[in-house]
Amino acid sequence: MEFIRNFPFFSIMLSMLSGIVTSILPKKAARILNAAMISVVFILSVILLVYLNKDGSYFVYMMGHFPAPYGNEIRAGVLEALMAAFFSVIMLLSVLGGHKKLEEEVDADRHNLYYILVDMMLSSLLALVYTNDLFTAYVFVEINTISACGLIMIRRIGRTYVAAVRYMIMSLIGSGLILLGISMLYDLTGHLLMSNIKQSITKLVANGNYHVPLQITVTLICVGLAVKSALFPFHAWLPDAYGYSTVSSAAILSSLVSKGYIFLLIKIIYRVVGYDAMIISGILNIFFCFGLVAMIVGSVRAIRENDIRRMIAYSSIAQIGYIYMGFGLATQSGMEASIFQILSHGATKSLLFIAAIGLTDVSGFSRRFADLTGSGFRNKIAGAGFVVGSLSMVGVPLFSGFISKLLFAEAGILVEGKSIPTLVVLAVSVILNAIYFMKTCIRVYTPWAAGYYEDQRISFKEEWSYGLTIIGFIAVNLILGCTSQPFLDIIHKGLGTFS
Amino acid sequence: MSKKIPQEEYKKTFSYKYFRWLGDEDDAYIGRVEMSVKTPHEEEVAAIRERMSEKELMFDRIYDLENNKLILLFRRIYKAIAVLFCLTLFLLLLVNVSYLPPIGDPDNPADNEVPRRYIESGLQETGAINIVSGMILDYRAFDTFGESNVLFIATVTVLILLKIDSTLKRRDPEKYEEETNDRRLEPKNDLILQGGARVLIPVIFLWGVCVILNGHLSPGGGFSGGAIIGAGLILYLNAFGFKRTERFFVERTYKLISFVALTFYCLAKSYSFFTGANHLESHIPKGEPGAILSGGLIFPLDICVGFVVACTMYTFYCMFRKGDF
Repeated sequence: MEFIRNFPFFSIMLSMLSGIVTSILPKKAARILNAAMISVVFILSVILLVYLNKDGSYFVYMMGHFPAPYGNEIRAGVLEALMAAFFSVIMLLSVLGGHKKLEEEVDADRHNLYYILVDMMLSSLLALVYTNDLFTAYVFVEINTISACGLIMIRRIGRTYVAAVRYMIMSLIGSGLILLGISMLYDLTGHLLMSNIKQSITKLVANGNYHVPLQITVTLICVGLAVKSALFPFHAWLPDAYGYSTVSSAAILSSLVSKGYIFLLIKIIYRVVGYDAMIISGILNIFFCFGLVAMIVGSVRAIRENDIRRMIAYSSIAQIGYIYMGFGLATQSGMEASIFQILSHGATKSLLFIAAIGLTDVSGFSRRFADLTGSGFRNKIAGAGFVVGSLSMVGVPLFSGFISKLLFAEAGILVEGKSIPTLVVLAVSVILNAIYFMKTCIRVYTPWAAGYYEDQRISFKEEWSYGLTIIGFIAVNLILGCTSQPFLDIIHKGLGTFS
Repeated sequence: MSKKIPQEEYKKTFSYKYFRWLGDEDDAYIGRVEMSVKTPHEEEVAAIRERMSEKELMFDRIYDLENNKLILLFRRIYKAIAVLFCLTLFLLLLVNVSYLPPIGDPDNPADNEVPRRYIESGLQETGAINIVSGMILDYRAFDTFGESNVLFIATVTVLILLKIDSTLKRRDPEKYEEETNDRRLEPKNDLILQGGARVLIPVIFLWGVCVILNGHLSPGGGFSGGAIIGAGLILYLNAFGFKRTERFFVERTYKLISFVALTFYCLAKSYSFFTGANHLESHIPKGEPGAILSGGLIFPLDICVGFVVACTMYTFYCMFRKGDF
């Protein structure tokens, strides 16, 4: 076996080990170890991606001395490698960009606890991406949930405690439903390994056995994952959790945590239940409806918001609606558009959060729009980042958001019966996006009379590391937007090996 | 500043303007673009007062339940829907259970080659008489490693939430005293408790150690043994107070134990996964089944898990009680 095939296992174990080692390190060493570990994971994932992309193949990796149904197993293909690389680069940029804010908002003796949480979060995301076993997925869903709670409440103020409690309750309901679903699947099929479950389910569906429990089980798992990724009716925990936590946490939660669950859902749809059985069950149509509603409701709530961080948080609800709408189209191209939306939203939303914090820093730490007037002049790099993020969210060509919206429109137009609602809601949602993002951009670039917040200026030289992360985010966004074809090819190949 | 071209010419280039813009010396807009300048919004003091008092009164008006019929109605509907939802879910799951395969049927799908292999060749392949230990610490060791990390990360989250700020003692000694005083309502040095504890604690510790060390031979293992030891520590703390436990268990102890145990677990299992996946020979002896030193890695891993579980339980208790070790 070639040595490269060990890389998924190395990246998971490396992130867990660095989380454990961080517990005895002082805070500066913890920070350096964290950045180094994420960079190494990124490099490993990119090498793996290049290696697998040559022939678009995949491989399974035995975790231990026992082959698959008896022992644990992970699976790596092009899509998994792409996701791992993407998750690690966004996490690296988010942690670096929010570092200064972390120093201000978190007690000094809790910093290395924060880096433990970040390391463990990365390990759980990687495990969710690579796993080929439903129970392993559940274990890492637990790690993900607990560390997300910690990430929210590391900034110790009242609102984050409330947000963390809300998140915990909703997220545990989701975990509970997933656990119930997994145990029922085990009862019906006798397996926990994804490929074996799929074989049994295909047989059960063909024979017509256990129709009712299968339907209920699949519904439980899907609803559980939808709760955890904040699909529309279950989004109540989201604005506070993203709006008040420290900015790295907000960026990580919005760009990565919900996306990890969505990727697990994609794996379950393709590799556990099977795409045909999923279409028969009709759950995709429900996803379609709720996705459409989320696209409108999230945007409308964002327009009404008077707090820039919460506005960005509400916009996440709309963007997650796009992803579920793509699932609901029930075609291969719809699913590909959703996966591209995962990448595009992940790159853009973290950029918006990090840029927004730069703007509020030069406006007397106020998040109200009235105070943000002209802040784009006072912190130029943050202003530029915010504009790029907004343009991408609205769907202006050159930026990643444009490609994902184009893909949704192309996929939607081919589906009979769903094309009109898709296109209409897509158009309305884009206009609503434009209303609140352009409103903010204009506000940010409207000059104040001289003297107001004039003393609060941050230039690139003072905060060069923050500036570099914004430039990194903009670069990721432009790469996704301008050279989208290789990514689309990878997504296409990866999904091909899933089914 | 450029060395190649004169200053006058350099001033015309793009990079000169760009670096001035970056360095905040020049603004591309001011004086070149026509912009309407905003003045700060002036509000009269009386208007501000009125707004503030309205904001304060708002909550009183909303939650004035006797007069606000709307919120009363909302609460009733909310309760009704919540009950209805729970009942529906309850019925749905009951219906589902009635459709599932019956318990004890030999043709059940769960009764397949996987448990058969665990039962038939578990002893031979893992070297552990206790099949459950063989399953969780050898066949599916990756899941169990994740599970011990769940405990670790849970402790980290509890530390974030409840640990007293280390600077508080210096900043505000009175408040620190208040926060760490955990014995205001409880009796100190309760003789009956101490007498009972003196008898029970050695037995509990020995029993916990026995359960951990025999994890691969008889029912039990790291998780259950660690929970027993953790319970013993908590009893000791209750009977004799923090003064006595501080002598052997402080924050450094917790950090050291969990670090050593989890790092050993991680490295040992990584070695095992690596050799297994690459089809290399593993140099860990299985030992003779039944002996105390057998079962390959299961024995040391059980000890690691036991340490982690005991420390986690004790830390949870300390944090909820005092906020410090």
